[in-house]
Amino acid sequence: MYFESFEAFLAMGKHGVYVWSAYGLGLLVLSLNVILPVLHKRKVVAKQQARLRRENHKKRAVSQ
Amino acid sequence: MWTWFHKLSSPKWFYQISSQWLPWIACAAVLFLTAGLILALAYAPADYQQGNSFRIMYIHVPAAILAQSCYMMMAVAGGIVLIWRIKLAEMAVKCIAPFGASITFLALVTGGIWGYPTWGTWWVWDARGTSMLILLFLYFGVIALQSAISTASGAARAGSLLALVGVVNIPIIKYSVEWWNTLHQPATFKLTEKPSMPVEMWSPLLVMVIGFYLVFGVVLILRLRNEVLEREHKTNWVRKLIETPADSSVNTPAKKGT
Repeated sequence: MYFESFEAFLAMGKHGVYVWSAYGLGLLVLSLNVILPVLHKRKVVAKQQARLRRENHKKRAVSQ
Repeated sequence: MWTWFHKLSSPKWFYQISSQWLPWIACAAVLFLTAGLILALAYAPADYQQGNSFRIMYIHVPAAILAQSCYMMMAVAGGIVLIWRIKLAEMAVKCIAPFGASITFLALVTGGIWGYPTWGTWWVWDARGTSMLILLFLYFGVIALQSAISTASGAARAGSLLALVGVVNIPIIKYSVEWWNTLHQPATFKLTEKPSMPVEMWSPLLVMVIGFYLVFGVVLILRLRNEVLEREHKTNWVRKLIETPADSSVNTPAKKGT
């Protein structure tokens, strides 16, 4: 462990603001990159399911 | 050999095999990033000149490395698109671009945050910074060009062409610190030489670089899988996959009456 106390760890010498903002931004960019496609997948599946249902409706309507 | 290539380029095969790879790569990514963060923030000693602000390097350098190698991967996929017209490569060009742009942005901004306490300025028009900014615009160009063309394969071919032309920028970024007299420091690591910093300083960087690459792997697989579902929606296997909610990989509750 390089730092002597938790306060020193947070302060990062005089550079706490810079270090923590850089790491925060890094985590934000990486996690958004993972979350967005996961959310998008739900949309894609819902869209395709709706389309399939519509097609099945049509088929049934034609056959009747 | 050729059958292997053929299999590898089949969207269906990719969709099936990637569901097996994904949990392992994701676990490894979390593991490497957690270890890297702890090492980088708490165990690496402060730099004798820059103090603790040098810890920004552990975000900045992996982001900058990945920004460039993402571009190279996108360009290689682009080359495959233009020569062989492989569908999965078309999807890859589209899926790598947004991640590449965001990671280039991260490299630029963390560079600024690091530059302020170190050089006394957020931004200088030095060769390294400027060529990285051009890289960001190249990514934006590929994204914009693709979204401007309505057919998927046409969009992919146009994006691939721009990606290939933009490869010129990659050696410029790499050698910018040697060709021009710049404020940016030269590369800390070379593949051929022993690192000049102590092991407790460079090992967190190695762990973080691997962690960043693993995250890229996760994001690329996630995006490619969405893309496969969208572009292959007329095929029987995608229909079946979407119709049966029992499949664990498609676990969205089907809402009725919408």
